[in-house]
Amino acid sequence: MAVVQTRDLTKVFKEGQLGAVNHVNLETREGEFLVFLGPSGSGKTTLLRMIAGLETPTSGEILIGGRVVNDLSPRDRRIAMVFQSYALYPHLSVYKNIAFPLKAQKVKKELHKEKVEWAASLLGIGALLDRKPRELSGGERQRVALARAIVREPAVFLLDEPLSNLDAKLRASAREELERFHRRVGTTSIYVTHDQVEAMAMGDRVMVLNKGVMHQLGTPTDVYDNPADTFVATFLGSPPMNLVELGDVIVGFRPEHFKPASPSSGDAVPFLFKVENREYLGSEWIVSGTLAGGKFEGKKIFSRLATAQDLRLGDTCDFVVPQRELKFFDRTTGKRVEPRALSWQ
Amino acid sequence: MAMAIPRRFISRRIISRKIMGRVVHILVLGTFTILLAFPFYWMLITSFKQNVDLYTMENNPFIFNARPTLDHLKFLFNETRFVRWLGNTAFVGVVVVAITLVLAVPAAYSLARLSGRWGERLGIAIFLTYLIPPTLLFIPLSRVVAYLGLQDSLWALILVYPTFTVPFSIWLLMGFFKSIPKELEDAAMVDGLTRFGAFVKLVIPISVSGILTVVIFTFTLVTQEFVYALTFISSESNQMIGTGIPIFLVRGDVYYWGALMAACLIASLPIAFMYNLFLDRFIAGFTVGAVK
Amino acid sequence: MAVVRNRIKSVGAAQSPWLGAAMFSPAVLYILLLVGGPFLLAIFYAFSDARIGNTEMHFVGLENFRSILQSPSFRVAIRNSLIFTICSQIVVIVGANILAISLENTFRGRGLIRFLILLPWVAPIALGAIGWKWILDSIYSVVTWVLVAAHIYKPFGAPMWLGEPSLAIASVLLVHSWRLMPFSTVILLAGRTAIPKDIPEAAAVDGAGFWRTQLQIVIPMMRPIISVAVLFGLIFTFTDMTVVYILTAGGPFDSTQTLPSLAFAMGIQGSDLAAGAAISLFLVPVLVIIAYFMLRVAHRAEVN
Repeated sequence: MAVVQTRDLTKVFKEGQLGAVNHVNLETREGEFLVFLGPSGSGKTTLLRMIAGLETPTSGEILIGGRVVNDLSPRDRRIAMVFQSYALYPHLSVYKNIAFPLKAQKVKKELHKEKVEWAASLLGIGALLDRKPRELSGGERQRVALARAIVREPAVFLLDEPLSNLDAKLRASAREELERFHRRVGTTSIYVTHDQVEAMAMGDRVMVLNKGVMHQLGTPTDVYDNPADTFVATFLGSPPMNLVELGDVIVGFRPEHFKPASPSSGDAVPFLFKVENREYLGSEWIVSGTLAGGKFEGKKIFSRLATAQDLRLGDTCDFVVPQRELKFFDRTTGKRVEPRALSWQ
Repeated sequence: MAMAIPRRFISRRIISRKIMGRVVHILVLGTFTILLAFPFYWMLITSFKQNVDLYTMENNPFIFNARPTLDHLKFLFNETRFVRWLGNTAFVGVVVVAITLVLAVPAAYSLARLSGRWGERLGIAIFLTYLIPPTLLFIPLSRVVAYLGLQDSLWALILVYPTFTVPFSIWLLMGFFKSIPKELEDAAMVDGLTRFGAFVKLVIPISVSGILTVVIFTFTLVTQEFVYALTFISSESNQMIGTGIPIFLVRGDVYYWGALMAACLIASLPIAFMYNLFLDRFIAGFTVGAVK
Repeated sequence: MAVVRNRIKSVGAAQSPWLGAAMFSPAVLYILLLVGGPFLLAIFYAFSDARIGNTEMHFVGLENFRSILQSPSFRVAIRNSLIFTICSQIVVIVGANILAISLENTFRGRGLIRFLILLPWVAPIALGAIGWKWILDSIYSVVTWVLVAAHIYKPFGAPMWLGEPSLAIASVLLVHSWRLMPFSTVILLAGRTAIPKDIPEAAAVDGAGFWRTQLQIVIPMMRPIISVAVLFGLIFTFTDMTVVYILTAGGPFDSTQTLPSLAFAMGIQGSDLAAGAAISLFLVPVLVIIAYFMLRVAHRAEVN
């Protein structure tokens, strides 16, 4: 198990253009499950591949377990990687797939069987050892990919969006399996995804990236409740945080904090909200509409509510946001700033 | 785990391994390229060397020991039937391409779209006929040609060449047609076209590049063919370039190497250019089943 | 949607079951007449005493086959056909794999190299063979000149490349391999690009070096494509008579004859149609075997 660090890591593909990864500094903690989260093109996969040794950095350093590994090939870095497609060798049986890293690292043949069976039992695929990858389901393939990764007892696990090729139903159970696996094995893991639900559910910490720049590195609570800038604020949460501009600040509040006014609202900022659309999702309602009156006329806003039967389309209602749930961002930089008193009308 | 090695040593090792890899790569490529392309380079040089230079053993063959000359080219174009052979080949090529298109395009479409299970099987059977080689059929076909009174006529070739151009073209086009989404034709038929109308007005225009590929490859198959051209055509003026050059540029036992090489080059290069343009389609035609 | 599509398909086909047949009938008819017919005719001739110029023809049973099997030049021809085909194929598969690996990644000049490498395949066979005939000429061969200049041979002491039986066989082998190499290379290259990029990356992460990745992962994955290249290559070489005809005319002393070239020599040049037909029929068993394997490859590709 080891700690992965990057120092000022940069990767530029085309000269003169913005890099895919720009001056990223990070340090994992022992045994943690760190998630790289960002939209496509944010550089999260490039970052992962540089750590794996599949891309060479333009500048900066990568350290694994305290050693600078920039010049080491992937095989010498003691990492294991699970690819988006799992990259199982189609012509080899499951057993041979799992044994391949041992063969490649010239582990003694007598030890192969023992190690493969250990890895297989860890993932519950002992019965599948004779099958070929094309005979397996998506979930089984993920387990084989994990077994192949764990059999070398690597210092770090790297996972590149392994759930995105699974269909929605399978994804939830596969995700749970991954979490259980990580708890059992405890290896430092870096997980790349564009799905913020996955990131929040799985990560011990989440690193939010956009255009190759790290916006925030923190626990799920940190990034959700205390976003560092407007990008993080709107990337996490579905529907995204509502943002309104007021003077030289942007004020944000999450849809779940935007509720109909009630006597128990407490210290809250009032808004006039015209209901334009309601979606019933079973467990909750998503109500969207526009603000009416005052400085925010016509601004589109989302709300998440447990019940919305009595809200009719076209109604203009009194809604409030508790004062303490407001987040403030600098209008020019987008960065988070201290709360301040504002005139709302 | 290895001891920490100072970075500068690691870098040097990596760099020298990279350079080694580069060198090996260039050596391998260079060797293969030279081995494969050398005969054509040799054709080029020989075409312009004076006979005195060519036929003196002691002369270094890699350089021009006498001034380069156009004599061989003049000989080729003025005193042989080379130009006529080019014309013959072009004529046969064009007509065979036309016949092939008329036979193969509808057949490929029908087998790809209209015939379901039977279509697959028939398509495979047609392709298998491509495996019956000219060197098996040339003897009976020579009799058929004689019977029809077509001996020593280009029409014999025009009659027989589609036997290998059509199966290959059907195979190529079947793969091509199958890759066109069915929805397009369905939409056209919902809009009122008949199946055949959809074929003519929709599918054929879309398939222009596939059809063009078939045209090019049929033409190259025609120019490369040897056995039938050798068997059916005897007189000098009716030769194709594939047979005329090796046979009639040899008078008695004397090989006119200068003219021969020039002719080979002139005949080969245009075909090479055309082939290269459509190479990817060609590969797709051969590998359509295996690469999925 | 699938239901709708099926309905349209069945409606289309039901409305025009004759359309499909009408569209492929000309081609099928043509092939039956000009391939199927002559094929049967060849079999017929093989059991007769047909000659060029004779109008009469009699059934002679297995006489042709008997005399062929006893003739030494036939046995040489079978041996040569197998040697040329199998040996050139081995050379080509190894060489083409190496070449395909070298051409995989783009580099400057790749298009030009590809053009040059393709020349042996795209040039008409006879013309490429004639080019080699000049290169291997008994007196003016450039190979001879180079070897003499390097003092490996004395002047006039170099062997005749096409004049001595074992060297002639080697030369024919060389030209066959030379011609086939581009074809196989190009097909293997296509097969390589079809392999997903993350498989060799996974192998690299797993600890495999370059050669282990190629030999244990990439090339085994290319098995269907390699099969296609090999099977077509076998057909092209086995059924070819041009290289032998141009390079050595079967000589010296029939030592480089192959089945197709012998069939031509006896059937057309020797006017003995029956013998020629009988010899060429010996191509059939091998072709049937090759066709069987091709169907298997195609079937496996369907199943996967």
